[in-house]
Amino acid sequence: MSNAQLTLIIIGMFLVTYSVRTVLFASAHKAHIPDWLNKALKFVPISVLTAIIAPMSLTNASGLLLTLSNPWLVGALTCLVVGLFFQRQLLTICVGVMVFFVMKVFVVA
Amino acid sequence: MKTLRHAQRGAIASIPMIIGGIPFGLLFGSLAIANDLSIWFAIAMSSIVFAGSAQFVALGLIAAGAPIWVIVLTTFVVNLRHILYAADMLKFVKHLPLKLRLFMGFGLIDETYAAVRPMYDMGSANKDTGHKVYIGSFFSFYLMWNVTTIIGALAGELIPGISQWGLEFAMVATFISIVTPYLKSVPYWGAFAVAIVASVALREMPNHLGLIMATLMAVTTGYVLDRGNAQNASQEAKHV
Repeated sequence: MSNAQLTLIIIGMFLVTYSVRTVLFASAHKAHIPDWLNKALKFVPISVLTAIIAPMSLTNASGLLLTLSNPWLVGALTCLVVGLFFQRQLLTICVGVMVFFVMKVFVVA
Repeated sequence: MKTLRHAQRGAIASIPMIIGGIPFGLLFGSLAIANDLSIWFAIAMSSIVFAGSAQFVALGLIAAGAPIWVIVLTTFVVNLRHILYAADMLKFVKHLPLKLRLFMGFGLIDETYAAVRPMYDMGSANKDTGHKVYIGSFFSFYLMWNVTTIIGALAGELIPGISQWGLEFAMVATFISIVTPYLKSVPYWGAFAVAIVASVALREMPNHLGLIMATLMAVTTGYVLDRGNAQNASQEAKHV
């Protein structure tokens, strides 16, 4: 590809990415989000974050991996349990990451 | 001085996800070089477009010789989920000056939304401090993403297999630690369960469409269960 084409790609990608991110922010002062939509939007964080990580934790390239020898699954379950019980963010992350790496080093290898 | 303190809180809340993002930045830089693109192209992508997964998709499409409009359109679809973040953040930013909002929009990535949005619910960000926390998070990701892109482009082959180390698990752990405080009522559990099943079932759809569909299904589930709850509550109230 020529430099001109690569420049066009960057400009084009910037324009669509920036537009998606700012179109609502730009009109925020006059935009009115109806009440029902706001009630639905409060479920966005839990929905999108879960949808991003569930396939990472439960599958690999060849399919579902619902076994206790899958470090991703065990690490994620550990985080879930620790998070629900203790409600401490840093503790949840540390214990989960530790379990994940211990399994990766000792169990899988 | 206080502004800096709030920005610092945003950066600190982002640390685990920054660690989780490092292998992706290194990988992006080294893949750009491996595809015969210049380091300047990699830097321009990371500093101007600043969109993790879309940048990887674009590399693949360039390597496959796709036309420019396909690359741009695909970028649009891959980043569509950000409009949900913007809609959700609107109530927290609408009082801010336009220039500041346009600036914040540039940094509206998955990780900053994930790090900062729940802080409004937990009381550690509000209308006066939230944008400072947000910008602290945005800057720290921007710095990490551009530095790791450059390192990856210069020395990608010197760090063998970093993408197999599993550093991304730090992101999984962080996201779960963000999600669990919400799991206190049936609607949130419903959204959580539907997000898991749908995202796994739809994971092979192209361009993150499965992610978008799963998110919409989970949000709808939460909303419907929530409405059911509210109606039951108001009916009970009538009986009393």
